[in-house]
Amino acid sequence: MYKNWLLITIALLSAGTAAADEEGGIALLSSGANIKNTESLQRGARNFMNYCSGCHSLKYLRYNRMAADLKIPESELAGNLMFTSNKTFDTVNSAMPKDAEGWFGKQPPDLSLMARERGVDYIYSFLKGFYVDKTRPWGVNNLYLPGAAMPHVLAEKQGLQKPVFKNEPDEHGSARMVLVGVDAMTPGALKPEEYDQFVRDIANFLDYAGEPVKAKRQSLGVFVTLFLLVFFVFTYLLKKDYWKDVH
Amino acid sequence: MAAAPQSADSNKGGGLIGWIDQRFPLTKMWKEQVAEYYAPKNFNFWYYFGSLALLILVNQLVTGIFLTMNYKPSSAEAFSSVEYIMRDVDWGWLIRYLHSTGASAFFIVIYLHMFRALLYGSARKPRELVWIFGCLIFLLLMAEAFMGYVLPWGNMSYWGAQVIVSLFSSLPVIGGSLVEWIRGDYYIADATLNRFFALHVAALPLALIFLVIAHLMALHEVGSNNPDGIEIHDHRDEKGRPLDGIPFHPYYTVKDIMGVAGFLLLFCGVIFFAPTFGGLFLESPNFEPANPLQTPPHIAPVWYFTPFYAMLRAVPSFAGTQVWGVLVMGAAIVVLFFVPWLDRAPVRSIRYRGPIYKVMLAVFVAAFICLAVCGLKPPAGIYPTLAKVCTILYFAFFLLMPWYTKLDSVKPVPERVTGHV
Repeated sequence: MYKNWLLITIALLSAGTAAADEEGGIALLSSGANIKNTESLQRGARNFMNYCSGCHSLKYLRYNRMAADLKIPESELAGNLMFTSNKTFDTVNSAMPKDAEGWFGKQPPDLSLMARERGVDYIYSFLKGFYVDKTRPWGVNNLYLPGAAMPHVLAEKQGLQKPVFKNEPDEHGSARMVLVGVDAMTPGALKPEEYDQFVRDIANFLDYAGEPVKAKRQSLGVFVTLFLLVFFVFTYLLKKDYWKDVH
Repeated sequence: MAAAPQSADSNKGGGLIGWIDQRFPLTKMWKEQVAEYYAPKNFNFWYYFGSLALLILVNQLVTGIFLTMNYKPSSAEAFSSVEYIMRDVDWGWLIRYLHSTGASAFFIVIYLHMFRALLYGSARKPRELVWIFGCLIFLLLMAEAFMGYVLPWGNMSYWGAQVIVSLFSSLPVIGGSLVEWIRGDYYIADATLNRFFALHVAALPLALIFLVIAHLMALHEVGSNNPDGIEIHDHRDEKGRPLDGIPFHPYYTVKDIMGVAGFLLLFCGVIFFAPTFGGLFLESPNFEPANPLQTPPHIAPVWYFTPFYAMLRAVPSFAGTQVWGVLVMGAAIVVLFFVPWLDRAPVRSIRYRGPIYKVMLAVFVAAFICLAVCGLKPPAGIYPTLAKVCTILYFAFFLLMPWYTKLDSVKPVPERVTGHV
């Protein structure tokens, strides 16, 4: 009987919390990144080292660990990916001096854990979110990080985007312009799909950098689960056998 | 053979065990606590959580020892040393996830274990001390979890510690100097991290182990309650064994191993497939190092504290001080200790209680979960009002208990336990 009460309680609760769930802001784009796609991770590593590592470090990721996990030959590694160090056991440091704050107003952050802090979709959205804004020092702003200090490093690839505003009355009824999205303005070197893939690979690579063991953890989890299922069956049979004489 | 000439005790056998038994009550303890400890045969699903709590305690102790070998309790190195464990220590990621997931699992299991006591009246006479030791364990566990949460020195660790430690500053007269004494500095700093580490790895685990032993000793002194809430020791066979009891070993050892297997399926599912559990078990802002100059966008404690955090925020300041919220939060824990005396029903188990208790318990559970949600959310929209209502309902469940349990109708209680699952 009390089970019925519990069911009613749970039903009421889920109704109550579902009704109250709502967050503001512009929704992130879905990246579609797949951490098990090694080729995407390799391209992401290449893109990151060429376009990001000048300013952003990955101070918890070692080159040789990355090479092993991403199946990159050591020869490729030294020639094409290591720009700031010549020791493969080093972590990925940036070329940025420690006092770069004066250049950008903010030291470019280390990105080792950015995917864990903000999520892979955020990185993907951020790299697609730059739009022209003449009021900003670098002439661009970002849809997903208003007032971003970073210039649009990939503008040559993506081209430029313009902001899209919508007229929305506020609570007092007076009109105001609200930023709702971005639109292509000038074309870049890459087609839109190609650019999406380019930044998806970077986002995917940063997801890897945030937790290098992630893919291994998930595949190991399948075996652990299978073992425990079998173990559970045996413990169930053992219990049943012992409890035969309990009436 | 090797019978000691002076031995007068014929129960003590030979061999190594016999040698030990003449010097230490090994067989005696095994028999009294396990092999001849008679537990009711009708334990159901709710009775798995005691042994599971013990399993998690052992998990936390063992994984904690290995984490301590690689962790650096200094504000300069703590964050990096956790990443070192995650990346460079062999299987360090697994040890850390076992420990971090274990913390959340501990509270899930303990909350269900306490709910079981409310279902079947397990706190009632003669088990008051079992319950009180349990409440003390819960209290220490909260302190242990809070200090453990500070150790990774992420930004949420830092600001969580800032908020929780500052609560004490609202106490009149001593508040300011008390907070300084706790922190060991004028703000949350290296000294704070060092002492929290000492308390987390030495003082509190030691106290927890002693309390768990006391909890079990008290339980085995009075015997376990059961879903029918009746005493199995009222009906014994000619040898004095309870008719409705079965030896804990092997019956409940094999049953609890099955429970462990089921639990591990869920537990390992989280560890291997969702170790952050959507930001609930490991919060996203905690992957950013502690930054005294920048608060996270929204400071919330880990989920298991949020019901109490919501109560803290629900109470408005009055007479120029915020202390009332702190007192209400403290009272929410203190009131638990009085349950054995607040409950006046002539029966223990919910199976033989009337509708009032069932409704009150359902409302209480709903209020507790709502409070947990409120504590996770920013205090905007419907949440502040919801938190206020649920705080009142939480206390109503306990403070009105002496009246509604007496008013409630009861069903006839059976003489003997009603079957087993």
